[in-house]
Amino acid sequence: MSGIPHDHYEPKTGAEKWLHSRLPIVGLIYDTIMIPTPKNLNWWWIWGIVLAFCLALQIVTGIVLVMHYTPHVDLAFASVEHIMRDVNGGHMLRYLHMNGASLFFVAVYIHIFRGLYYGSYKAPREVTWIVGMLIYLMMMGTAFMGYVLPWGQMSFWGATVITGLFGAIPFIGEAIQTWLLGGPAVDNATLNRFFSLHYLLPFVIAALVIVHIWAFHTTGNNNPTGVDVRKGSKAEAEKDTLPFWPYFVIKDFLGLAVVLVIFWAIVGFMPNYLGHPDNYIEANPLVTPAHIVPEWYFLPFYAILRAFTSEVWVVQFASFVTGGIVDAKFFGVIAMFGAILAMALAPWLDTSNVRSGRYRPMFKWWFALLVVDFFALMWLGAMPAEEPYASFSLIASAYWFGYFFVILPLLGVIEKPLAQPATIEEDFDAHYGKKSSADATPAE
Amino acid sequence: MFKKLATGAAFALAMIPAASYAAGGGEQHITDYAFSFEGPFGTYDRNQLQRGLQIYTEVCAACHGLKLVPLRTLADEGGPQLPEDQVRAYAADNFSVYDPELDEDRPAKPVDHFPENNNAGAPDLSMMAKARAGFHGPYGLGINQLFKGMGGAEYIASLLAGYTGESKEEAGTTFYENTAFPGGWISMAPPLSDEQVEFADGHANDVDAMSQDVAAFLMWTAEPKMMARKQAGFVGVLFLTLLSVMLYLTNKRLWAPHKGKH
Repeated sequence: MSGIPHDHYEPKTGAEKWLHSRLPIVGLIYDTIMIPTPKNLNWWWIWGIVLAFCLALQIVTGIVLVMHYTPHVDLAFASVEHIMRDVNGGHMLRYLHMNGASLFFVAVYIHIFRGLYYGSYKAPREVTWIVGMLIYLMMMGTAFMGYVLPWGQMSFWGATVITGLFGAIPFIGEAIQTWLLGGPAVDNATLNRFFSLHYLLPFVIAALVIVHIWAFHTTGNNNPTGVDVRKGSKAEAEKDTLPFWPYFVIKDFLGLAVVLVIFWAIVGFMPNYLGHPDNYIEANPLVTPAHIVPEWYFLPFYAILRAFTSEVWVVQFASFVTGGIVDAKFFGVIAMFGAILAMALAPWLDTSNVRSGRYRPMFKWWFALLVVDFFALMWLGAMPAEEPYASFSLIASAYWFGYFFVILPLLGVIEKPLAQPATIEEDFDAHYGKKSSADATPAE
Repeated sequence: MFKKLATGAAFALAMIPAASYAAGGGEQHITDYAFSFEGPFGTYDRNQLQRGLQIYTEVCAACHGLKLVPLRTLADEGGPQLPEDQVRAYAADNFSVYDPELDEDRPAKPVDHFPENNNAGAPDLSMMAKARAGFHGPYGLGINQLFKGMGGAEYIASLLAGYTGESKEEAGTTFYENTAFPGGWISMAPPLSDEQVEFADGHANDVDAMSQDVAAFLMWTAEPKMMARKQAGFVGVLFLTLLSVMLYLTNKRLWAPHKGKH
C-alpha cells in the first residue's frame, strides 16, 4: 500500500483463496500490519500507539459508564457519585476515564510536536497532517463536552464560558449560541445534547483515525532523518525498513507499557491531581466560582483567547477597520481558532525543503522556543487575567503566531541546512554500528 | 535508547503541573496535618473514622447533611466498618426519613442515605473533602499538590481548629474570624469545643483532635473507595512494570540481529 516494494499476502489454501476472491480482507490486514517501516524510528514515534490505546480505553470505559450515568440536571451529579460508590469497580472506571482524557492529550501534544520537529507535515504527508488536526479538534470538542457531564460547578461554568465564545460572533453569534445550548442558558437541554455528542464524536474520531492511518500508509512513515525510503527495488527498500509486525509493534508496546505504569500510578494514587476541586460541587447557576479555569489541556489556547484585550493595538486596529464589528471578544475567539489553524497550515508555511529539524541548525532553536512557549501559555492560561500575566500572555501568543507565519516561511530562505545522510540505512548504522554479514551472533 | 524513552516520560509528566491550579484565597493558613490516609500506601484509621462519625452525628449533623452517602456503607471494608447490627441501630436511632409508600416519616434503615440537611444554609458535606483544596501553587505550578496532596481534609481540619475567637456583625449576620477560611470571616459559629464529645475509649477530645477526626471521616465520605483504589493502583503498577521489563527484553532480543556491534 505504501508504494514501498514489499511482499504481499498470497492466499494458499482453498478456503483462503475462496475468501480472498470475494473479500480481500485478510490481505488488507496483512498489508497494514506488515507495512515496511523505516528502521531508524526513535522513541518519539511510540505516541501513535499510545493514542490508539487511549481512544480504545475511553470508548470502553465510556460505554460502561453510560450504563450507570443519568443525563439530567437534577440527577447527573448524583449518578456520577452512584458510579463512584455503588457500581462494582465504578470508581476505577470513572477515574480511568477522567485521567484517560489527560493521557490522551499528553500523547496528542507530544505526537503533534514530534511531527512539527521532524517535518512530518511536509509533502507528501499534508493530508495525514490535516486529518490529524481534525482529530485533534474533535478530541477537544469531545473532551469539553465530557467535562460538562458530571454537572459540577466547573462543568456548568466552563460550558457557559466556552459556548459564550460563539456568542461573540458578530450578528449571528447569539442565535448560534442559543442553538448550541438548546435554550437561553446552559441547562438540561445542553446537558442532553452534550451527552449525545460526547457519545457520538469518539466514533467519528475512530473513523478519522482509520483515514489518518490510511493516509500515512499510502506515503509511508516519516522518520527522524526525513530522508525517503529507497523504493527502487524490494531488496533496496529492505535495507531501509523492517516490517511493522513484529519490530515496531513490540517496540511500541514497550513504550506504551512504560507510559501506562505512570498513568496507572496517577489513577491509583492521585486521581484528582489533574482535576479541579470545584467540580465536586454540584452545578449551581446562581453561584459563580471565583476562578473559572478550563482543564489543563485547553490552557494554552485559553491563554491566547484571553491575551487579546481591547487595550492591544492590533485589536483596536481590527475594531477600527471593521467599524467595530470585530471587538476584543471576537478577536480573541479568532485568535484561539487561528492558533490551531496556524498549526494546520504548517505544510504550506514551512518553505524549507529539508524535512527533519535534525539538519536545520536555526530551526532547532526556534522550535525549542515554541515548546517553551507552549508550556508558558499553558501556565498563563491558569493564572488570573491581570498584570503581569496579561502582558506575558500577549508576548507568548505573538510568538505562537510568529513561529508559524513569519519564522517558518523565512527560515526556509535564510537557513543553510546541514548535510543529511544519503539513506536511512546509513543513519541507522551510524547509530548502532554496521552489521557485517559475517557477524552471525550480533549483540547490542 | 531507554534514556530517550525516559525523556519522553519526563516530558509527559512535565506537562502535568500547570494543570491543577486553583487560585487560592490569599493568606489562608492550612496546617499540613499528618493524616493516616496520605501517600500511595496510606490507609484510613478505622477508629478515627468511627470517632469522626460520632462527632458528625453529635455535632455537624444538626445543620449539615451527607445526602450522597448510603448508611449501609458504614459497614463497608475500608471505612468505619461498623458491624451490621450497629449500622441498623445507628440509622434507626439517629435519623428518620420520609417514606413515600407510607406517606410519613419512619426511622432510617441501612438502605437509606444520610438525610439531606441544609439548616441555616449549611452545605452538604458528602463531597466537601474533595471539593476544597488546602494547598495551592506555588505560582500556579501545582507542585504543592503533587507532594502534599490536594489537602481537602487538611482544609477542613484547619478550618474547624482555625477560629480566633473574634466575631463581627455585618448586615445582621455574625461572622467569626477563621484563619483557614478564604477571606478570613466565616458565618458558621465555632462548632467544636474541648471535651464536647465523649469517646467510649476515652480518646483525646480537644478541638484539635476532634477536627482531625471529623476531617478524616469526611475524607472517607468523599472518597469511600480510596483503599480499594490504592490497592488496584499498587497491583497495576507492579504488573505493568513487570510487563515493561518483559517487553524490554523481548524488544532487545528482537532487534539484536539488525543492530551491529558498537
